[in-house]
This record gives sequence, structure tokens and C-alpha cells, in this order.
Amino acid sequence: MKKRYMDHIAATPMDPRVFESMVPFLKEHFGNPQSLHSWGQESIEALETARQQVAQLINAQPEEIFFTSSGSESNNMAVKGLAEAKRKQGNHILVSAVEHQSILHSAKKLEKMGFEVEQIPVDEYGLIDLAYLKKSLTDKTVLVSIMLANSEVGTIEPIEQAAEICREKDLVLHTDAVAALGSIEVDVEKLGVTALSLAGDQFYGPKGSAALYIKKGTRIVPLIDGGIQESGRRAGTENTAAIVGLGKAAELAKSEMPERSKKVKAVRDLLLKGLPDKIEHVVVTGHPEKRLPHHASFCVEFVEGESMLLNLDMLGIAVSSGSACTSKALKASHVLIAMGLDHALAQSSLVFSLIEETSKEDIDYLLDVFPPVIERLRKMSPLYSQYLEEKQK
Amino acid sequence: MIYSDKVMDHFQNPRNVGVMKDADGVGQVGNPVCGDMMTFYIKVKDNRIDDVKFQTFGCGAAIAVSSMVSEMALGKTLDEAMKITNDDVAEELGGLPKNKHHCSNLGADALHKAIEDYREKLTGKVKKEPDIPEVSDQISCPYCEGPVEGMEAYCKKCQVEFEECWECSQPIKKDTEECPHCGATRVRV
Repeated sequence: MKKRYMDHIAATPMDPRVFESMVPFLKEHFGNPQSLHSWGQESIEALETARQQVAQLINAQPEEIFFTSSGSESNNMAVKGLAEAKRKQGNHILVSAVEHQSILHSAKKLEKMGFEVEQIPVDEYGLIDLAYLKKSLTDKTVLVSIMLANSEVGTIEPIEQAAEICREKDLVLHTDAVAALGSIEVDVEKLGVTALSLAGDQFYGPKGSAALYIKKGTRIVPLIDGGIQESGRRAGTENTAAIVGLGKAAELAKSEMPERSKKVKAVRDLLLKGLPDKIEHVVVTGHPEKRLPHHASFCVEFVEGESMLLNLDMLGIAVSSGSACTSKALKASHVLIAMGLDHALAQSSLVFSLIEETSKEDIDYLLDVFPPVIERLRKMSPLYSQYLEEKQK
Repeated sequence: MIYSDKVMDHFQNPRNVGVMKDADGVGQVGNPVCGDMMTFYIKVKDNRIDDVKFQTFGCGAAIAVSSMVSEMALGKTLDEAMKITNDDVAEELGGLPKNKHHCSNLGADALHKAIEDYREKLTGKVKKEPDIPEVSDQISCPYCEGPVEGMEAYCKKCQVEFEECWECSQPIKKDTEECPHCGATRVRV
């Protein structure tokens, strides 16, 4: 059976060119980048090239890029490090209600240390309430963190406007761009952010490769103390191969993204329109237009997410869901709940995120095999029977 | 795959799915907050379960559990069927992932409720409305039942400090040896 991978938000396959760029650093070029001998110098040169490549992708300066091990680490470092650096000025932090857990849980940790954390609500599309942000800023506010795009519903947040609001108060604004990078244009100057998280496994780079952009002149307290790596911002021997891979992936994204996104968007549009046309009681989650080009998310009413996910897996298709059953914590997606969806609907969420190779034929196949699955699961669903009964009355 | 072959078989080919219009007893458990809902219908003849049907909204485990319970119940006397435990169901299925054990609880509960419903009808008791718990996002402290907000790291009522269970990610007392939700025991290295 042909495998069709539609779970970009979980991980992307590695580009073969990225892989090739990494191989020498897993083999002969093993030197510690901090060593003064030639082994070390080969490695540090490779690191600095990667730093330039990443900087170019987001229109930053190389010295503003700090390599980390994951998007979660970048987010932890940003929220905890930026807030702690400003502790003397205040203790109020604003984060959006639909942030990734690595932001929300970092904020929670700060709350235990005496910070006050406030969540910015979102509308039914997952867009943040800019007016709420504006009126909630106080003299005590030290950090605002709003994601650039949401991985569960694909909505792209109005970061430029948020940055304008923050700039008036000279505030630090961090954005989690992990889901967005490589799929839409990201320019830190245009966005006007102070810090930005990104991860390589979201744009055909290796896992364990990520970075945090910090605008020059911004103070941050490191998460990992130790040596002088990453200008003292992040200690620990650098994962050279992963960083080289991240650099290559960034270079490829810079030159190929416009073409990539255009192609994947055309295929995605077929799905975004096709699924609700083909199956009754399917609602699109997230914003209809302001959304990532490879992203299509739905709620398929009366059917639970994991049961759909497993059925699709058996048909060779990989997807994600925000249902409680698919999460180990057995809690429904906080994103969908924040958007005002009721629990039954949130349990029926399904997220398709396409990769470069996804073709029209893949979507045709999906639209062909999926409706019978839903029909079968709905026949089994007490919620669907209830609905039919009420309809008859 | 996170599930055993037997679970996947029952998930793909669930037995006894459907609605019974003239059921002798109906039992409904669960709600969309926890993610699973089950309805069991039974037909009783000579004090035995003569026919059984179910409907389930839920994950792979929930569907497989319902199917297995229906198979185990068919042909049993009511007393025998009342004795089917959640552990029996999980065992018959070749085991379930730890964080899915609550699904197996629902299966046997729904069957037992259907039997109780039948018995209540028989003794002429007034049929109660099925008690579906109030839908809320609130989780409660496993130690004092006090309310706990989603992101809180301690219970305001009994002051217990939480960490996440290493198996099921539910809030548990810091440094505790056993999870009250999924029963996982901590392995000290």
C-alpha cells in the first residue's frame, strides 16, 4: 500500500540534501567546535555558516541566532530567560490562550516563582484579541509571547499589529514561529519581534535542531549554565551535525519556499474544500484564509478523533488529532476549547498538514476512502443516533 | 501500533454494533469531556442475555472494549454478566495501554447499567433519566477532590503539590510511588 504522509506538524521528512550536508559531521569532522586545533576549527566554521544561513532565512544578523536542541527548548529559554532578565522591572506576562505547551507550561513555572501570567483570549478562528492585549499591558508587564501560526488549526496570528502595540510600551515580544517557519515568509524586521523560536524538523531539517533569535541588545538569562558556547547564552557542546543540517534546511527553505508553498497550497485547497463537500457535518477549524498553506484542519462531527486517525493509518495516511483520546493526558485540545468549541466537537478534530510531495492524487485517494470510514464510525456513534432522532422530531 | 492485535481486530470489526429499538434494558455511560460515550442495549430471555447491541463514540480502545464486552455478555445469565469486571475485559483483549484503562472501565459499566435498567423496569421502579455528569473542563484533585485548574501545579484546597504521572500525564502527588489514575508504579533507578 502506498504511504501518504500528511502530518507535517509532527515532523517533516529530511531533505536528502540536508542529510548529505550532515554526514561529514557525523563521520570525519567530529571535532569539538570550541577546540583550538584544526579539528575544532572545521567544526566551528560549519557552525558559523549554519548561523548565517538561518539568519538569512529570517532576515536577522548571524550573532542574533542561538542554537538549541528543540522548539520546546527555544520556547522555554525565551519565556523563562526573557522574563527573568526583566524581573526587577515587573512580573506580568501575557501569553495567548492557544500557545504550545512549551510556552504555557514555562509560564506556569514562572507563576510559581511569583510572576503573574495572563492569557490573551482568541476568537472562533483562533485569532488573538488585539484589543485585549492593548488594554492588558501594565507598567509591570515584562514579556508578551504570541505564536506566529498555530499548528493545530493553522491560523496565522497578527504578529505585526501585536508588535506595534508592544513597541509603544517598549515591550519584549517573543513569537513561537516553529509551525510557521519554512511554510510562510518570516522576516523578523517586518514582524517587529524581539525574539523568535524555530525548529528544523518543521522544514525538512533534522530533529534536535532548533534556534532562538534574540534581537541584539536584549538581555536573557540562560536556561543551561556552563561553558561559553553560543556566546554564553546556551552552554553545552554543540550538536554540529544537526546544526549544519538546520543551516542547509534554512538555505533550501529560503530559495525554494515560495515555489513549495504555492504548490502545496493548491493541493491543500482541494482538501479544504473537498472534505466538507464530500462528507456531511464537517467543519473547518481555524481561519479560512489566514492560515498556513499546507494546513487543513476539521471537526468531523459525531466521530472521535483517534478512531479516525487509526482508520486512516490503516489506509496508509498519517494525520494528527486534538482529541482527548489521542493525548496521553486524555484532555481535549486547549486550542479548540479556547476557540469556544464544545467538548464533543473538540473530540472529533482531525489535522491534515501536507508535505512537499503530497499530490492531487493523494487527496483524491483520501476523499475516496475516507467517507466510507466516517459512515461506518457514525453508524457506531451514539451521538449521531441522537442527532438523527432529534432531527426526525 | 499502540494496541494489541486483538484490540485492533475488535476495533476494525466490532461485533454487535447497533441500536435496539425494543431493548429490555439500556445503559449509557461517559460523556464527551473524557472523550468516550457508550450505550448498551440488551434483550433478556429466561434470565439470560439473549441479544446485545452497542454504540460507542470513542477511541480505538473504547470501541474494542465495547465489542469485547458485548461478546462476553452474550448468552450469560444476568448474574454472570454482572460479574464481568473491567480487568476481565482488558485481559481478554490481550492488555490495553495504561492510559487507556479507563476505557475498559466504561465498557463493563455500560453493560451493568443496562442490566440494572432491565431489573428496575421489572420491579416497576420509575425509570430515572440517565445520569450524564455535568460537562465541565474542571479536573479535580485526586487526593481531596478539590477543583484544580488545568495549568495548576498544586491543589489549593489540600496544598498537595503535583507532578505529571510518568505514564498517563494526569496530576499526581509529587514523589508519590503510585499513580491513583492509571495505577502505574514508579521505578526507582
